[in-house]
Amino acid sequence: MKILKYIIFIYLLVSVNYLSAQEENLQNKITKNLRCLICQGQSVYDSDSEFANSLKIIVKQKLSEGKSEKQIYNFLEDKYGKWILYDPEFSKNTYFLWILPIFLFVIGGVLILKLFIIKKN
Amino acid sequence: MKNKIFPTFLVFFFLSIFFIFFKGLQNSNIYIPNTNLEKNIPSFIAKLFDSDDNISSEEIFKENKFYLMNIWASWCVPCREEHSFLMNLSNEKNIEIIGFNYKDNNAKAKSFLSELDNPYNLIISDKDGTLSIEWGAYGVPESFLIYNNKIIKKIIGPIDKDLFFEIKELIQ
Repeated sequence: MKILKYIIFIYLLVSVNYLSAQEENLQNKITKNLRCLICQGQSVYDSDSEFANSLKIIVKQKLSEGKSEKQIYNFLEDKYGKWILYDPEFSKNTYFLWILPIFLFVIGGVLILKLFIIKKN
Repeated sequence: MKNKIFPTFLVFFFLSIFFIFFKGLQNSNIYIPNTNLEKNIPSFIAKLFDSDDNISSEEIFKENKFYLMNIWASWCVPCREEHSFLMNLSNEKNIEIIGFNYKDNNAKAKSFLSELDNPYNLIISDKDGTLSIEWGAYGVPESFLIYNNKIIKKIIGPIDKDLFFEIKELIQ
């Protein structure tokens, strides 16, 4: 019986550790996708500025309140605008940004097809 | 004729891309946030600076007058520069100045105020900076002009002479 108690205790300990590690991973993932607005070219995760440190606390708080990743992004976008997100969403302002690489890729493909494959035949 | 369409298109395409990027070179790469947004103020509960009591945002911004919410800290050098303008504004009748003491040591903040005088009607303490994030602030110093529970002007950085006169004109 005593052994069973120990096993349950160890199991709980391990699972709690696992849960908090998961939350920390999510926190790191979110702060890596946030731009530190007062730094040059750094994410909130990388920066140690006052602004970034406060944002880290906010993200941690929101996660422990049970907010999802998307809700946190929406909250910060409402406060600071789209610029705070490194990964911009697809909208009428950003469609050119998203479509251009695909467009270039297709042009490249057509070029290769035209120059090498069709010529050979 | 048919063979010439594709190279012409290609040249035109890369020229237009070159033009877009060349134009982009002249733009400033420093992000300038929109400072003239009419946004509702966030609701919050915060700790008062000189006591352990809490106060809610509804209690602070309840009257029908202008409020200047100023984020400051004793360790912030530009805050010293704008202090004389805040002192001047505190003499105006239809504006109340609310101080947000940002990530500061209480004793040092108090000696800052006794050295330069206190322009604030009320001071709230923001020990970990999270309250300022709720306001969408970037750091110290920063000021928000509020009327009817709406932010009508956001000032990032210290208040200077021009901004001082602008605020004075707005609150008339």
